[in-house]
Amino acid sequence: MLLLTCPNCGLSVEETELAPGGEAHVKREGPESSDPAFEEYLFLRDNAKGVHFERWRHAYGCGKWFLAARDTATLEVFGTYSAQTLEPPAHILDRIRERKDG
Amino acid sequence: MSTRLAKGGRLINRDRPLGIRFDGRWMRAYQGDTLASALLANGQLVMGRSFKYHRPRSVMACGPEEPNALMGIGQGGRFEPNRRATQQIVYEGLEARSQNAWPSLDFDIGRVNDWGARFLPAGFYYKTFLAPRPFWKHVFEPFIRRAAGLGAAPAEPDEDRYEYTYAHCDTLVVGGGIAGLLAARAASERGERVVLVEQAAHWGGRAPVDGVVIDDLPADVWVKNAMEVLEKAENVTMLPHCEGSGVYDHGYVLCNESLTDHIAEKAGPRQRVWRVRAKHVVTATGAIERPLAFPGNDRPGVVLASALRDYVVNYGVSLGDRTVIVTNNDDAYRTALALLEAGLQVPAIIDARGAADSTLVNEVRGLGVNVHLERGIAKVIGGDTITGVAVCLQAGEGAVLQEIGCDCIAMSGGWSPVVHLWSHCGGKLNWDEARAMFYPDPTRPPTDGNGEGFVTPIGAASGALTTAEVLANVAETMDIAAPATEAETPAPLAPIWMMPQGAGPELRAKMWLDYQNDVKVSDLRLAAQEGFESVEHAKRYTTLGMATDQGKLSNINGLAVLADRLDESIPKVGTTTFRPPYTPVTIGALAGEAKGDLFQPIRRTPLHDWHDANGAYWEPVGQWRRPYCYPKPGESHADAVAREVKNTRQSLGILDASTLGKLLVRGPDAARFLDMVYTNMMSSLKPGRCRYGLMCDENGFLMDDGVVARIDDQTFLCHTTSGGAEHIHIWMEDWLQCEWWDWKVHVVNLTEQFAQIALVGPSARNVLEALGGMDVSAGALPFMGWVEGRLGDFNVKVYRISFSGELSYEIAVPANQAQALWMALLEAGVADDITPYGTEALHVMRAEKGFVMIGDETDGTVIPQDLGLDWAVSKKKDDFLGKRGQQRAEFQKPDRWKLVGLETLDGSVLEDGAYAIADGTNDNGQTNTQGRVTSTYYSPTLERGIAMGLVANGPQRMGEVIKFTRIGKDPVAARIVSPVFYDPDGEKQNV
Repeated sequence: MLLLTCPNCGLSVEETELAPGGEAHVKREGPESSDPAFEEYLFLRDNAKGVHFERWRHAYGCGKWFLAARDTATLEVFGTYSAQTLEPPAHILDRIRERKDG
Repeated sequence: MSTRLAKGGRLINRDRPLGIRFDGRWMRAYQGDTLASALLANGQLVMGRSFKYHRPRSVMACGPEEPNALMGIGQGGRFEPNRRATQQIVYEGLEARSQNAWPSLDFDIGRVNDWGARFLPAGFYYKTFLAPRPFWKHVFEPFIRRAAGLGAAPAEPDEDRYEYTYAHCDTLVVGGGIAGLLAARAASERGERVVLVEQAAHWGGRAPVDGVVIDDLPADVWVKNAMEVLEKAENVTMLPHCEGSGVYDHGYVLCNESLTDHIAEKAGPRQRVWRVRAKHVVTATGAIERPLAFPGNDRPGVVLASALRDYVVNYGVSLGDRTVIVTNNDDAYRTALALLEAGLQVPAIIDARGAADSTLVNEVRGLGVNVHLERGIAKVIGGDTITGVAVCLQAGEGAVLQEIGCDCIAMSGGWSPVVHLWSHCGGKLNWDEARAMFYPDPTRPPTDGNGEGFVTPIGAASGALTTAEVLANVAETMDIAAPATEAETPAPLAPIWMMPQGAGPELRAKMWLDYQNDVKVSDLRLAAQEGFESVEHAKRYTTLGMATDQGKLSNINGLAVLADRLDESIPKVGTTTFRPPYTPVTIGALAGEAKGDLFQPIRRTPLHDWHDANGAYWEPVGQWRRPYCYPKPGESHADAVAREVKNTRQSLGILDASTLGKLLVRGPDAARFLDMVYTNMMSSLKPGRCRYGLMCDENGFLMDDGVVARIDDQTFLCHTTSGGAEHIHIWMEDWLQCEWWDWKVHVVNLTEQFAQIALVGPSARNVLEALGGMDVSAGALPFMGWVEGRLGDFNVKVYRISFSGELSYEIAVPANQAQALWMALLEAGVADDITPYGTEALHVMRAEKGFVMIGDETDGTVIPQDLGLDWAVSKKKDDFLGKRGQQRAEFQKPDRWKLVGLETLDGSVLEDGAYAIADGTNDNGQTNTQGRVTSTYYSPTLERGIAMGLVANGPQRMGEVIKFTRIGKDPVAARIVSPVFYDPDGEKQNV
């Protein structure tokens, strides 16, 4: 029962209000892609023990998607951020470095 | 013989006697008794039979850790098995039943298992799989089935009501002993919002029993004072009868409060589950005493030393007059004091240690108790009741030195902190070599969202075992001054995992570790010998710790035995995983009010009440309720469906299609977006026109279908399946928010805003013309066109689309107008014999036309091309969702199972899901298959069975006859035909 802050509406919400969406920052591969690239896109996931970037939807709230950076082992949340980005923002990466190296 | 003592019993009220019934026998008890203490008071020492060997058992403990005294409590709809007699508070008229014994608790036929114990070793169950098959079927399986299951499942539905509630607090304190009370007070004084839960009925934990003095006050008085302060504090919620059940991520804790289990009056909810969200969790859960593994340590009358103390001091009952105490530590000496104080005898203390020099030990010695050092127990003497113990050298193999008469044996193998709640969410443990126990490692706590520890164990749960240590620990942790108490220096404990140390196989087979599942020292050693060296493997192989008590008494002893056999250190072997709940929680409590009508919401269309009043036979469609058919009095459902189909095809039918998903997609990029979401081209659709579209996932599998109407240049109305509206809406939002977020499109789910009524049949146009207001002629509103306007008194959108093959208009109207429009159509249709029809007639008519249904013809492994829908998959578009997936080699294979129609040669209806039989068998000896039935109906129109199915390379095999399975009957022959059984040229819908 994680607590995550939805960056779209600003609420700290329980996991039961959220729908999980799997790994974040997966690049879509279209009709011109090679078999290995398409396999990577459709099936292969990191399943990291440790830092993980993931998709969540505030299903029983604002309905918007957002992304979260979280440690799957310690359950520490490094931050949540907009789904409208191709990569984790700098402040999230800084936070992860600070917590992991510090 | 156990009995009620003449005086004593701080928790019972001797002025309030009451009657309870045990196995049909009335017994007298006092208010405040537990069922266990009441039974002991009535001389009922034997309280259950063990699971595997059916050995007679009595109480071992006095709290939630009790493995033996499990009872069925209550009757009928209030019966519940496997409740611990040690926790069940008695009330007038309480009904309790012993378990796992037949025909009676005193004479149990299953006891033969005990005499044959050598044939039921560790892993017995798994070993039976190695036996020849017939042996398994005729010998082992019937035996195991009869033996399986502990207690009887209730025969009637649960009569009780349960509820749940939420609590948010700064600090949740679990455990209301002196540590918990002190911590709660400290948190309260800091101004924190505090919830304090205690599983028992009383506060103060063990301290009053152990004669603790705090701030010069007897523990009872100190506890009472502490309670008064907490009760007055507005920021503290105190919940007795409430167990901290499980700790979960980020400070989420489930607590289960018992509301009526302990009282006769069963009004109101029986239990209440608290879903607590705590910033900080303080576990003051105490410690549990460990048994000692000596031969015969499961006999009725052998009991944990602390539990015996509890029974004497708290309830004024004894298990015997003369108690021999056997121990490896100082704490059991307190039991000697309590027994002597109550006027009972302690013939000897058998202490396995080489030396025991402490204030407490010397005090007991000073009272004239014989202490035998370096000794162990070789045997428990006596038949049904204990008459003595045979004493041996702890260091030896069990040669008897002397016998000592007694009728009760109190044992102590040391204490283990209750670390369950600490460990549930990942808190790690350290091994304390000196005190032989695992305790929470404060540097490795479970962490919250900030990466900070959110659980703090205090008191005995942290590993502080003496009162002085407990108070000092709480004071340090909570940053307060420690209350005063006398410091103790106990003599060191001796880690004893087997008694005597050199016991041979005979004796090891009589030393119990897990009482409830009948696991002995010999079983653990056998598991290790057979290679089950990991503690998790050994647990499952022997079933150690897998009973309803989850090994609260047995796990540490068991893994110590395993470690010894493997010649490893105990921390190296490690513990098994601690999982919630701490004690079993009844499913009813977890379900709460979410049962019956409240299990899930039911969605009703605006016409629901009309259907109900007009004899609808309901069918659940997801959360919707839809009329399956409208049987007339005396009419079967099949006859009703046939009538509805015929009437619609011949004249006129009317259908409530409101459940159909209606998603409005609008924006400058709407057309571009729908070109990606649908397999077909939607951007070329003209306003005023409709197009049937398919949606696939990225695998290429068909996931939804429906008619899209273009409203204007930037607006589309997408119809989805009834079950698909929500998840297709979510699907669209996912792509718009997470992939193409720069596209200007928005999606609104209008499903419930509009009702949709389908008017179907050759007379449909007459009725609309009778209502008037809009031109619905073939010229003005052709097939696959739509118009908006007035129909009679209603503002409507009319779509000329057909899922039946007939002339058909689907009329969308604001939900609040639905009933009025429906009535107006019924009235206008009287002359044409208008007939409401349900979902089954809808299905039959679509199957007659060969229209596919998502969920029937598709199952998540079917692509549109498998269903002959290639025409709806664009070849012009560069990209759409699923296009790349469909390019994969597997989907190009010529022998894919593809859609065909099926007609049995004898006209019968094929069985739903039946397989088409192919030649030969597979590697498992199963018949090969070459297809399966996906939809099958009796067609009233054709007066024969019709079916659709997926058959290997089916479309190339028209006319071929293949066989389909039937359950319990010979296969039936069917011919492969076109899936369009009715009006193949579409003349009827296009008029």
